[in-house]
Amino acid sequence: PLRRVLLILPFGTPLGGVYKERTKDAARLSEFNGKMLLVSWEWSYVQTPYIIAIWILVASVAKILFHFSQRFTTVVPESCMLILLGLVLGGIVLLTSKKQLYQLEPGLFFLFLLPTIVGDAGYFMPARLFFDNLGAILLYAVVGTLWNAFCTGFCLYGVKLLGIIDQKVQAGLMEFLLFGALISAVDPVAVLAVFEEVHVNETLFIIVFGESLLNDAVTVVLYKVYMSFVEVGPENVQTADYFKGVASFLIVSIGGTMVGLIFAALLAFITRFTKKVRIIEPLLVFLMVYLAYLTAELFSLSAILSMTFCGIGCNKYVEANISQKSRTTVKYTMKTLASIAETIIFIFLGISAVDKSKWAWDTGLISCTLIFIFVFRALGVVMQTWVLNWFRLVPLDKIDQVVMSYGGLRGAVAFALVVLLDAERVPAKDYFVATTIIVVFFTVMFQGLTIKPLVNWLKVPRATNRKPTINEEIHERAFDHCLTAVEDIAGLNGYHHWRDKWEQFDKNYLSKLLLRKSVYRKSELWEVYQKINIRDAISVIDQGGNVLTSARLSLPSMASRASFPEVTNVTNYLRENGSGVCLDLQVIDNVPGAKVEEESETHHFLAGNLYKPRRRYQSHYSRHFMTVGDHERQDREIFQRNMKSRMETFKTTRHKRHSHKKDRKQDLNDKPRRNVSWQDKDPVVVTVESEDEKGEHLEPEKEEDVGITFVARKVPDTPKERPKSVPAGLEVCQSPSVAPPSPTCSERNLPWKGGIGTLPVCVSMEATKIIPIDLQQAWNQSISSLESLASPPAFMGNHVPHCLTHSTTEQSPNHTHQLRPSNPLSSATSPSRRRVFISFNNSGSTVSIDSDIHYKHTHTHTHTGYWTNTAMMILRKYSEHPIMSTLFPI
Amino acid sequence: MGSTNSTLSKIPNVEELMQETGFTPAHIVRLYDRFEALDKEKTGHLRPQDFGAINRLAMNPIGDRIIGAFFSPGQETVDFHSFVRILAHFRPADKKRPKDPSMPEPVNSRTSKLKYPPLVFSLISVAFQLYDQDKDGKISRAELLQVLRSMLEMQVTEEQLESIADRTIQEADLDKDDAISFEEFRKSLEKVNIDHKMSIRFLR
Repeated sequence: PLRRVLLILPFGTPLGGVYKERTKDAARLSEFNGKMLLVSWEWSYVQTPYIIAIWILVASVAKILFHFSQRFTTVVPESCMLILLGLVLGGIVLLTSKKQLYQLEPGLFFLFLLPTIVGDAGYFMPARLFFDNLGAILLYAVVGTLWNAFCTGFCLYGVKLLGIIDQKVQAGLMEFLLFGALISAVDPVAVLAVFEEVHVNETLFIIVFGESLLNDAVTVVLYKVYMSFVEVGPENVQTADYFKGVASFLIVSIGGTMVGLIFAALLAFITRFTKKVRIIEPLLVFLMVYLAYLTAELFSLSAILSMTFCGIGCNKYVEANISQKSRTTVKYTMKTLASIAETIIFIFLGISAVDKSKWAWDTGLISCTLIFIFVFRALGVVMQTWVLNWFRLVPLDKIDQVVMSYGGLRGAVAFALVVLLDAERVPAKDYFVATTIIVVFFTVMFQGLTIKPLVNWLKVPRATNRKPTINEEIHERAFDHCLTAVEDIAGLNGYHHWRDKWEQFDKNYLSKLLLRKSVYRKSELWEVYQKINIRDAISVIDQGGNVLTSARLSLPSMASRASFPEVTNVTNYLRENGSGVCLDLQVIDNVPGAKVEEESETHHFLAGNLYKPRRRYQSHYSRHFMTVGDHERQDREIFQRNMKSRMETFKTTRHKRHSHKKDRKQDLNDKPRRNVSWQDKDPVVVTVESEDEKGEHLEPEKEEDVGITFVARKVPDTPKERPKSVPAGLEVCQSPSVAPPSPTCSERNLPWKGGIGTLPVCVSMEATKIIPIDLQQAWNQSISSLESLASPPAFMGNHVPHCLTHSTTEQSPNHTHQLRPSNPLSSATSPSRRRVFISFNNSGSTVSIDSDIHYKHTHTHTHTGYWTNTAMMILRKYSEHPIMSTLFPI
Repeated sequence: MGSTNSTLSKIPNVEELMQETGFTPAHIVRLYDRFEALDKEKTGHLRPQDFGAINRLAMNPIGDRIIGAFFSPGQETVDFHSFVRILAHFRPADKKRPKDPSMPEPVNSRTSKLKYPPLVFSLISVAFQLYDQDKDGKISRAELLQVLRSMLEMQVTEEQLESIADRTIQEADLDKDDAISFEEFRKSLEKVNIDHKMSIRFLR
């Protein structure tokens, strides 16, 4: 079918003509010249792919053009533009060939175009939001669609009886019900295209979008049931058949969902084992998701449901299993495909509307249909919302209802279904086609164009165009954070008993089955993580070390498992990078000489730099824009800071405890050294009288496709010195009020900051390579700021007296080594795995033993024995602590 | 919702609590579930660590301050009743419920004489307390700086921070004492439609 469609493209006719002549020429030439032919015209050979490519090119160029003017696209939804373009293209073809030869082929639509869109939507569906509102979505999708279908069908029949619809429209009750069914489905393509640009709140978005996805199942089932009724003839339909219809609906939708979930599990399971062949990961994702669609279609189950649930179901596990690069690939490819498919659909829609031979216009039918679908949509929404609000903790208010009724856009699905009708069985097909086209055009063009102003108009309470004062800006943001936090605490952001149960199940069984071992283990990190941090703090204080300000514990930046699955897993390894970048940023913090800012600049500045509350940046599904990593970075930063300040407070409350000081020191001193390679350096002795001396090493790690790359820095061996005890007087408790500690002396004294000479080298050469992609931007910023520093020497000079330069300046990143990547965690044997874990947790932090001794765990993984050892060492070190027994019952 | 009653009966003095806070039974049950979920050790009391275990809160720049607001000075734990009472501050004003004069005043309406609707007022005072950590009724420059520092991205320099803080104080400071009093704080937010901001929020 594809070939047939494409044969008749605008380029088909002229080029075909040329082709014929050329082949004749070529034939003649070859006849005349004998055997050799230097250049030949092989149109027939490349025709199909060529035309496909040209189509995609046209679609892409159209997209580029539409997005040229930002202002224009904010007013006119893209879907409208595409339909208009389709109209123009269709007009041109019609004029040139005098005959409309092609239109949107159902086969092409259902097998190729729709899956890409649904697949994208399913895979990137904000699953949590979706399931939070599943009840509402199901109600609207099932009950709402049935209501629409029946009411529209019956009313059209009634109107027909009244004689408003012309007698030429030969249709009985069944036909009208059929038509009502296919016209009632809200179309995901159109809804997405429009709602994406109208920034409604996310609950509303997910309800309308989810409804539009799920109701296709209802529509298709209804359509099929009616089709069979029409085929047997209404008079032959028996009561049992109605029940069969209901059963069919249940089977089709539940079966589709099941198929999707099975494929999701399969896909997740397969991606567990792709560690060695990262390259096929994206392909696997596409294949399996598409197969879910095709399989459902094969059994005539709801393919849309199948694909949607496959996407929703597998997303979490797949994203955790596959590598960062594969994730990016999947993301881009999916978005590209979906975007192109959508473009093509709309263009086709426009083109097929031009051909008048397929049309049969009946004003009565068209106007009645338009009125009915609008009225019943609105009625249905209001009634269902009324019911729903009894159960919802957060009721949908009037504005939501208006937007929902108005957002009932019909689109390509309805069109494809109506085109699929059999003209012999449904004599009024041409009328239905025309009506459908008009309805689609009207809803997409008119409602699509006006919905944005409508939303704005409904929501505008702010008549004043007043600029907010600085106070307002800051405090409002504080309110936002405050409310977000309260929502989190109260758990009212969609807290469900069942979700807890599910999460428990997921954690206990599913994740174990579907996630890679390493990934799964790592996700446990989060839970132990805080306790370990606290334990670190305790130990530091117990050791009497005031040395270790929290700034020096390079805190892992780790996102929460629940909200940012992609960060959670493998990227946990990245945490040190986070701290690295931040440290660098802190250096910039110290640079004086910022200009005094003007008021407007302050505003701009605030707008740019204030952390955004979750609500604002948690963008929902969008086809065109990919929000990359910005909020991840923000989360990381905030997370680090919070941990720092928590530790500060912790220290002040616990600083009196020194109970296990001696033992621990002892333990550490005879820690095993036999298997320590050069990377495991001796403690760096810092011989400074200042009690606040610190040494900090930046150790960025990067998750590579194959594992982790560790970077270790060579440190000159210095004789170890063990102060026997620390005078209590040396302890300086941190004041609780200093929440985020200002950059410490040692940070200024970081190796690469030791002198101006080394500065550019370290920053740009080696370091850049080891910064993970998602942190590149921040890194680059810091580099550029570093490079633009006008007067580092002066600034450095101020602090040199306090700092130890002689040992640290020698450490230059030129000694940075990229070690053989491997994944220590996965290779560890089971009994020690847990401990290895701990060591990893600690590896980022500088554990200081005494006020002047700094011991740095450097990780290497030339052999896992080292890991185990480090773990053992740490275990031993902390073993006396009460927390340990609760944490790691042995 | 069948379990509503059984859950409610587990909570002592639930009637009183509901009257005091204006929460519906459904709310209370929901909150109780949440409380229990947070209370991992089933002690009936939450400690700061329990709040700290909320993942998303760790991403909130002022999350720790808000946690702090749940604990009255000197106390290390919070029980369910106080938990609910504090959350009641963030509950939007109930417009539909007829005011029963015999009922004890809900927590968040004690300031209803003021020009703000109860919720907004209560929210403002909570926000003010977030800034005013030493509880002297004023936001000093240092206190403001602290909040700013946690709310602004890391690349902001200390100097910029200070300049922002100075401007903020200048702008709001009416009596020129280099600090923002509650009254000044409230005035500076007079024009903000906080109720509207709240309209999409939860806890209705």
